[in-house]
Amino acid sequence: MKGIDKNDLLWMYRKMKTSRYFEQRMEKAYLEGKQPVFNIGAGPVPGEMHLSTGQEPAAAGMLVHLTKDDTVTATHRPHHQAIAKGVDLKKMTAEIFGKKTGLGKGKGGHMHLFDPDVKFSCGGIVGAGMPHAVGAALANKKMETDRVAVAFIGEGAANSGAFHESLNLAALWKLPFIVVVEDNAWGISVPKNKSTSVATNDIRARAYGIKGYLVKDNDPMEMYRVSREAVERARNGEGPSLIEIETYRFLGHFQGDPELYRDKAEVPKLREKDPIERLKKYILKEQEVTVMELEAIEKAVVNEVDTAFEFAIHSEFPEPEEALEDVFA
Amino acid sequence: MQTTQEKIKKLTGSKAMNLALRQEMERDPRVFIMGEDVGKYGGIFGSTTGLYEQFGAERVMDTPISETGFIGAAIGAAAEGLRPVAELMFVDFHGVVMDQIFNHMAKIHYMSGGHVKLPMVLLTAVGGGYSDAAQHSQTLYASFGHLPGMKVVAPTFPRDIKGMLAAAIRDDNPVVFMFHKTLQGLGWMDQLDASLGPVPEEAYTLPLNKAQVVREGRDVTIVGAQMMTVEALKAAKKLAERGIEAEVIDLRSIKPIDSETILKSLAKTHRLVVADEDYFSYGITAEIGALAASDGFRYLKAPVVRLATPDVPIPYSRVLEKFVIPDAKDIVNAVETLVTA
Ligand SMILES: Cc1ncc(C[n+]2csc(CCOP(=O)(O)OP(=O)(O)O)c2C)c(N)n1
Repeated sequence: MKGIDKNDLLWMYRKMKTSRYFEQRMEKAYLEGKQPVFNIGAGPVPGEMHLSTGQEPAAAGMLVHLTKDDTVTATHRPHHQAIAKGVDLKKMTAEIFGKKTGLGKGKGGHMHLFDPDVKFSCGGIVGAGMPHAVGAALANKKMETDRVAVAFIGEGAANSGAFHESLNLAALWKLPFIVVVEDNAWGISVPKNKSTSVATNDIRARAYGIKGYLVKDNDPMEMYRVSREAVERARNGEGPSLIEIETYRFLGHFQGDPELYRDKAEVPKLREKDPIERLKKYILKEQEVTVMELEAIEKAVVNEVDTAFEFAIHSEFPEPEEALEDVFA
Repeated sequence: MQTTQEKIKKLTGSKAMNLALRQEMERDPRVFIMGEDVGKYGGIFGSTTGLYEQFGAERVMDTPISETGFIGAAIGAAAEGLRPVAELMFVDFHGVVMDQIFNHMAKIHYMSGGHVKLPMVLLTAVGGGYSDAAQHSQTLYASFGHLPGMKVVAPTFPRDIKGMLAAAIRDDNPVVFMFHKTLQGLGWMDQLDASLGPVPEEAYTLPLNKAQVVREGRDVTIVGAQMMTVEALKAAKKLAERGIEAEVIDLRSIKPIDSETILKSLAKTHRLVVADEDYFSYGITAEIGALAASDGFRYLKAPVVRLATPDVPIPYSRVLEKFVIPDAKDIVNAVETLVTA
């Protein structure tokens, strides 16, 4: 593919690997204290746990084009997005372990990660991040910066009122706003064709008079290319875009999901097309990169994630009374 | 309720709900269910397990994540004479659909001078205690109880869950039916004795406006709903070891509040503790405290004690969440201070 920056691809590889390995460790940590009997409230990482394994290209392919001054609002499945945005991994991990050293001092948890240093936020209410990103884009425009705001959502969220109102606003005010719709085919147990009146959401972009893109088959390079165009257009004042990417949910909706609603053969088939392996092959074939260089990245990734987990595990819990702090500024 | 020759089964909260829904759907073809993951999944909290298989996709409808749309549609369908049961997966998500609930579901009957009936049920899950954090752990009794025009119920025990859900479906008014996640008896949450109980198999209804004395006592009245009832019963057991006999009232109905049952108890015990998993301000503890101060003043021998989640969002970390949600220990401490004062 023409015009692909090798360093960008290596960056994507590193972020995707980081997210994958982070989630492998998180999956294990989450199960601690939940075996042999699963109890959602038990163990060092209690509560709901939504993993993004398989969906890494959606985040890395877009966020490689952003800087820390661009805004991202993310979903209830936020790890790949947070990692690619450069959220402090130690503090993020500590937050998920409920520690005082976490991003939100243990108050937020895995669905509520806020790192204002890199303008990242996420939340547990489906679709709710859309208008926030529109507002960030509005602020960018008012303050005459060339910053952009990107909202990540799932394809299920594209049926919420917030989605449609936000698209209209962004289009009406011609804002530097992009929404990435991660179509992992499922909204919990509901397949896309049972929730969405059109086959793909780029069609809906047209209804709002904005640019719509469709990235097929979880393709990291195509996501990279399309996102670059959308970000450039936003920075140049050419208005908002919608990018839908067909991506893969390798795991359950949340950990502990019995997944009785989906065909057992689906995931193994998806795993054969692992996007990280695909990117790796592409890099080795098309770029002047050696296996050793990639191995060095992999080693650095393991080190970074392990360090974050060490930090989280050895951090202190907050004092109970701290629950009463931080309600107001 | 008839007690002779009826068949009784031990069921969990979710199985009791499930049976009520099944029986009401068999009984009345106008009843249908809409919600997210209520079909094949059977409801995230198990309330619709097997109903999709029995009644099909026409009557057990999986919806998109469009709460304003499908809960608004339940209002429209109810106005046409159907009896929709709409499930709002977590009560926390009511924010998305507040207008439909507060300005329409609650008001249309009144604004129409009683000419338009909305025989619908809004089913929704409440409760924390398992680190699901600020947007998935709330127990918003008061938010719904505050606005006129809706009946709001929050039963604790399986027998009540079944009878009150059947009554809610048959009622000609909009009913908000709150079930507590931890009382559903789900395999993947804390296992509580209270989530399993005897339930008559045949269809029956229970009143939507009555509290219930679930333990008799002479020294103090403890009022709660759902998990606070469970915690109050635990506390009462501990207190009994110390010679204090607590009377425990399970509210069951949030709106209206059964003042008669509370005042009757107060006339006997002269002391009142109200425990609430919802936030402190403007909540059940304030409401019942006010009832005691106005209509029960002559019975009171001590100030009313209000135990509730302080006015902070529900924090994620276990230590923090444990600190904010009242439990049996807090109730024991409150009662001991109260009776020795
Ligand atoms: C407003 C709202 N409704 C429902 C939910 C419950 N819920 C959490 S995730 C989810 C499915 C989301 O599907 P999608 O947007 O496709 O994202 P995915 O989970 O597939 O990443 C649902 C229904 C919620 N959190 N917020």
